[in-house]
Amino acid sequence: MVQGFLVLLLCQLLGEAVVIYFDVPIPGAVVGMVLLLIGLIILGKVPDGLEKSSVGLLSVLPLLLVPAGVGLMDYFGVLSENWLAFLVILFVSTLVTMFVVGVILKMVSQEKEVED
Amino acid sequence: MGDFVAELKTIPVLWLVVTIAVYLVASWLNAKAGKTPFIHPVIVSLSVIIVILLSLDTDYETYMEGGRYIHMLLGPAVVALAIPLYKNLDTVRRLFLPLVLGASLGAVVAAVSAVGLGIWFGLDHQVLLSLAPKSVTSPIAIAIAERMGGFPSLAAGLVLITGAIGCLVAPLVYRVLGITDQSVKGFVLGVGAHAMGTAYAFEYGVVAGAFGGLAMGMTGAITAFILPVITALMI
Repeated sequence: MVQGFLVLLLCQLLGEAVVIYFDVPIPGAVVGMVLLLIGLIILGKVPDGLEKSSVGLLSVLPLLLVPAGVGLMDYFGVLSENWLAFLVILFVSTLVTMFVVGVILKMVSQEKEVED
Repeated sequence: MGDFVAELKTIPVLWLVVTIAVYLVASWLNAKAGKTPFIHPVIVSLSVIIVILLSLDTDYETYMEGGRYIHMLLGPAVVALAIPLYKNLDTVRRLFLPLVLGASLGAVVAAVSAVGLGIWFGLDHQVLLSLAPKSVTSPIAIAIAERMGGFPSLAAGLVLITGAIGCLVAPLVYRVLGITDQSVKGFVLGVGAHAMGTAYAFEYGVVAGAFGGLAMGMTGAITAFILPVITALMI
């Protein structure tokens, strides 16, 4: 369990080092996630300790988001000034995104059926 | 008595206790309500905690003296998202083209449309950077906003609203496009509405939920890598 947690932290640290070294605005944790994924593919399995700490962390993921979410209290001004813009943007953007993804998946899966 | 309360507010562990206790009650309420995405435990928790902070005249900085210990765990949690992705690797190999194409184009369309409309509405630079990762799962969206110079908390809020909107419009998209396949339904929800969409997808079935989770992880990772390019071109 502790070893698993250490592996997660090491991957994050490595990711942070990579993004600082290459000076790219990508979060270090996401690079760490990709590094861990590559490591798991090479290893061919998820070690027990890593499995336990990951399942534990991901099961409380919503809790981990709460402190950042509470920070919204400092953005009431921004939200009330732009609430209509935000609502329109989020609605239109989400609708268009889902529509495009749906069309692509339908197209590609139909092509596959024809090939078969 | 006033001094006592004033001093208590500066004890970091108070805010750890408040955060965890409120979250447990909110999760219990959510479970009672049949896990509906509309009484989301995060939304309920942050609302209750904000009310507590405002009524005690406490600012966010003071709260974060305790809250940051929970916040710090987001980094390793994002890394841990590699494990569910790894477990679904066989599915990704089998359906490589549709899944990678769907997640990549979905990530691009979500970011470009949000930033484009944001510019059209005349939003500030930092607000645009907080808006850009709105379709991405919150832990990654917060990390993206932190790294790119947006407002992480605003990003988290916009992600939550996007999740609720995504769950509302998904049935409409299925009807218009005639989508009946469970895996497609789940994937569309995961790309457009991240973890809230995935939770909602489980109501269509386990397959839809699994594809939602897969879509969420792929879209999150892809967005983190392409967003710097998109914002450099657009903003």
